[in-house]
Amino acid sequence: MARVNSEFIDEIRQSETFDAAACMHCGQCTAICPMGLDLLPRQLFLYVGAGLEDKVLENRETIFSCLLCRLCEENCPRDVSIAEDVRFLRNYINRKVYKLARN
Amino acid sequence: MGLDLPKGGETVLYTGHMYQMIPTLMSVAKMTSMLEDHWLGKSLFIGRTLNKFINLSWFIPRFHSKEQKRYDEYLRNIVRLLRAADVGFGYLYEEELYTGALVRDLGVDDVFEGHARKVYERLEKHGVKRVITVDPHTTDMLRNIYQQVIPEYSIEAKSYLEVLRERGLEPKTDLDSPVVIHDSCVYARYLDVVDEPRHLLKKAGATIHEPEYSGKMTYCCGGPAESLFPSKAHEIAGKRMGQLVDMGHDVVTMCPICLFNLESAAEGKGAAVEDISEYLVKAYGI
Ligand code: SF4
Ligand code: SF4
Repeated sequence: MARVNSEFIDEIRQSETFDAAACMHCGQCTAICPMGLDLLPRQLFLYVGAGLEDKVLENRETIFSCLLCRLCEENCPRDVSIAEDVRFLRNYINRKVYKLARN
Repeated sequence: MGLDLPKGGETVLYTGHMYQMIPTLMSVAKMTSMLEDHWLGKSLFIGRTLNKFINLSWFIPRFHSKEQKRYDEYLRNIVRLLRAADVGFGYLYEEELYTGALVRDLGVDDVFEGHARKVYERLEKHGVKRVITVDPHTTDMLRNIYQQVIPEYSIEAKSYLEVLRERGLEPKTDLDSPVVIHDSCVYARYLDVVDEPRHLLKKAGATIHEPEYSGKMTYCCGGPAESLFPSKAHEIAGKRMGQLVDMGHDVVTMCPICLFNLESAAEGKGAAVEDISEYLVKAYGI
């Protein structure tokens, strides 16, 4: 059973940059992505929207393999800041899982 | 650089260490790809390596390889081009710091923000108001990102390609050669620098061939994945190189990461990859 983590949901709600809620799951981004990132952002955004932290963490390899090239964004009908959203998730994983923070 | 530039001043050339660092960093990535199997181990190794850049700026002994000398030469080209355009500028020499772009890309935001502040203080100390950058990643940092994390930041950042275009520099020699252009993702989609390199090359007599994916729709060189997922990066570089050689054999790049990565995929394809400054200096340089 996937765990719903309320701390995770809160953090995402508070973020001004994470705009994946606008995604309408059309799949345009996945179709054009040079890395062939199938889970990104469509599926991942679903997990994030549902606050399923475990699922997001399971996909961390995908999250870290994005090139931040923004080719996907050129085709996104909802103007989702896909690359910035990926960076947001990296930052979350770095802090919560790898404890990679200054303090 | 040995070019007798004044230290500091209101306008400085800011190399951001990308041209100097990429051949070494990529070699480090190659070493780690042999040493450690799992990308997670590599991510931590690279995190540690980057931390050294961040804390001590550029201290890792550089490989004085042929390749490194070539990358240093591109910086000299840029200095000569700016001089030809009559731009007055200084340089921070050993006080110039790396901007932290790769650290930010990896999502280590608080380390990045602390570092950005240090860079900003250094620029302030020297009274810098404008920077001329040489690569897209440093340009994005100093134009768009620093102002997001430092509210009082107001330094103007322009790439040398933008500066050269604004100055209306006239070519002295006709290039008279066909080139295939590879846009950097960051120049094209983050910074809207698409027209400048084309204008400069065309004015110098070069015929530009556009690959299937170009301008705003350019295709990544794979470089950003090199440190963590080298085989995937190589696959993308190969795919991109294929799109480029479909249009011709002289490929021109404008970012050291693109140059390094595409060049490593060019072997056996009969293509030559070269930095745009090498073309421009032939046409416009003094
Ligand atoms: S292209 Fe945009 S709207 Fe469509 S799935 Fe991707 S992020 Fe969502
Ligand atoms: S930014 Fe990431 S998800 Fe979008 S096309 Fe590039 S590699 Fe794929």
